[in-house]
Amino acid sequence: MDHPTKSPISRPPTSVELGTDRVFRFACSAFAWLTIIVMAYIVFEITWKASPAIQEYGAGFLSGRTWDPNKSEYGILPEIWGTLYSSLLALFIGSFFGIAVAVFLSEGYLGNFVFQVLRVFGLQFHKFWGKLPSWSEGALKNLVELLAAIPSVVYGLWGIFVVMPLLREPCSWLHENMGWFPLFGTRYQGPGMITASFVLAIMILPTISAISRDALVAVPPKLREASYGLGATRWETILSVVLPTASGGIFGGIVLAFGRALGETMALAMLVGNMNTIDVSIFSPANTLAALLANNFSEAGSDEMKVGVLMYAGVVLMGITLVVNIIGSLILQRATRGLKGLR
Amino acid sequence: MQITPSNLGSYVALAAMMVATVGCTGGSKPDAAGGGGDSSGGLVKLQGAGASFPALLYGAWFKTYSNEHDNVQVDYQSVGSGSGVSAVIDGTVDFGASDAAMTEEEMAKVERGVQLLPMTAGAIVIAYNLEGVEDLKLSRDTYAGIFLKEITKWNDPKIAATNEGVELPDEDINVVVRSDSSGTTYNFTKHLAAISEKFDSEVGVNKAPNWPVGTKSKGNEGVTTSLNQTPGSIGYVEYGFAEKTGLSMASLENKAGKYIKPSIESAQAALAAVEFPPSLIAFLPDPEGEDSWPIVTYTWIIAYKTYDDAEKMEAFKELIKYCLTTGQESSQELGYIPLPEAVTAKVTAALDNISAK
Repeated sequence: MDHPTKSPISRPPTSVELGTDRVFRFACSAFAWLTIIVMAYIVFEITWKASPAIQEYGAGFLSGRTWDPNKSEYGILPEIWGTLYSSLLALFIGSFFGIAVAVFLSEGYLGNFVFQVLRVFGLQFHKFWGKLPSWSEGALKNLVELLAAIPSVVYGLWGIFVVMPLLREPCSWLHENMGWFPLFGTRYQGPGMITASFVLAIMILPTISAISRDALVAVPPKLREASYGLGATRWETILSVVLPTASGGIFGGIVLAFGRALGETMALAMLVGNMNTIDVSIFSPANTLAALLANNFSEAGSDEMKVGVLMYAGVVLMGITLVVNIIGSLILQRATRGLKGLR
Repeated sequence: MQITPSNLGSYVALAAMMVATVGCTGGSKPDAAGGGGDSSGGLVKLQGAGASFPALLYGAWFKTYSNEHDNVQVDYQSVGSGSGVSAVIDGTVDFGASDAAMTEEEMAKVERGVQLLPMTAGAIVIAYNLEGVEDLKLSRDTYAGIFLKEITKWNDPKIAATNEGVELPDEDINVVVRSDSSGTTYNFTKHLAAISEKFDSEVGVNKAPNWPVGTKSKGNEGVTTSLNQTPGSIGYVEYGFAEKTGLSMASLENKAGKYIKPSIESAQAALAAVEFPPSLIAFLPDPEGEDSWPIVTYTWIIAYKTYDDAEKMEAFKELIKYCLTTGQESSQELGYIPLPEAVTAKVTAALDNISAK
């Protein structure tokens, strides 16, 4: 039985529609390929430019401690150390606050509070005001995520003019009274590991809190209800049921934030002190790979070897970031797979 | 934020982009300056790039000049001395600028030949932030020692010896140096190498040496800010920057053994002594003279000896003449040092070496 062919729903596509379809499909795949090609080209170009330095310095580049263009001596161990140390320190501070923010946002604390306030005025089911609890939560969530939109250089300036003077007193006190402890071993000068990590922690906070919040929201309500049903308090439920269930996602978010912290450039170049030292003290000035690149590229000039060593450092940074991101993605994948059975 | 495996790609790409962006700015060819500007329809475009040290002054000069002359448009990009020199070698600009001049090796790479023209001069000062100490005096041994990490305390006997009656705190000296490759650093290390053998052999003259001491900040602006923000710190900056932000500047011992306060006058006194060779390249690592400020430097515009376009060449010469006459009057208020008249005469004469094909 044939359908009436005049109906617009069942008619075959016109040649124009077919054409548009094809062009669209072609454009989509072209752009997708373009992304991959650009990516591959960048990696190729950096590695290509780095190749003279890789041949000249080899693995010694990774373990050397001096960076002296004067004597053509190049080593980036202090930078690798500084990159990893500052990122880990930032991660430590950032995850603590990031997860706290995520719990606050996902457990309806703010919504509840607004609801209670509205109830005082008897407006909690009002047509307009009744929506306020969920709105306020959305607003706060967006506000935290807006932190990611602040330019790096602004964070750097904020670090110099606000964070540095703010940390001076407590850090000097820590050094004077607990200087025996290796982490507080050197005097606080201003620019250094702690200043950089503190600002970095705030920069990666939105990444951690956004992903953690998604993971927390995804925890099946029946788990929570079961926990309450067994007589657990809210505190016990959050700590021993909700957080462990979401831990895979949270951990993946932390690893991705780690990736971001590794590549952060401008704020760190302004705050870390750019000194080639390896010191466990969190007050000591240090250097990072990204800061090294930012500081040295503008006047490296046409000298092939000078550009080469910087490109080599870039390859190393890219390698570290790549490994960290792959690990993060794998963890996230496993975490979401594990949750599927619960839904 | 949804995380899917495909995000992995974008993160990697992002990281790569970051590296690549830095890479592009460091690439030897400043593409933005590409082409060198065409002269068509009576409008002559002059494209320049180079040192950041005189960028404030050049910016002011070129803007005023372009405004006064409808048929000439001058662009200057402050990309750093090293990039300025390589832009001249690559031929992507009409003129370059550098405060480390140009080495003979670099000059040999330019087929069209180059003429260096000193345009202005500046003093490098040692600025510090130490509460209650207004007029610090530092002997040559002392300030070389500070930057060699030999003197690490403010109440070191060597500092105390030249500052009688001043109460110096028992605190660590926090040294601040430049993190980027810089002409200021080049001239400062040149001076230190001239006065201290140890500095010469251990650190040497370089735009970005391997400092034995010091936290690093980017640009004259960065060092100035760090000094202002960190009590107990000391560092070197261009005179104008310290003056503008009200930082204390140390009096330094000059070659004649006198302690000199930094000022436009004492820097001029130092520069008066310089005798330019025909190449017009001269450094004053340690100027003579009773009243001379010890750390001064010229900064150069790099012109080609031959230009393809006669109109462009004429416009360039006019521009330089303007800078050497009217331009010099505005140097001082921007913290630079006007050229002595004997020097402007030499530079004007050197313009005759520039011709069109």
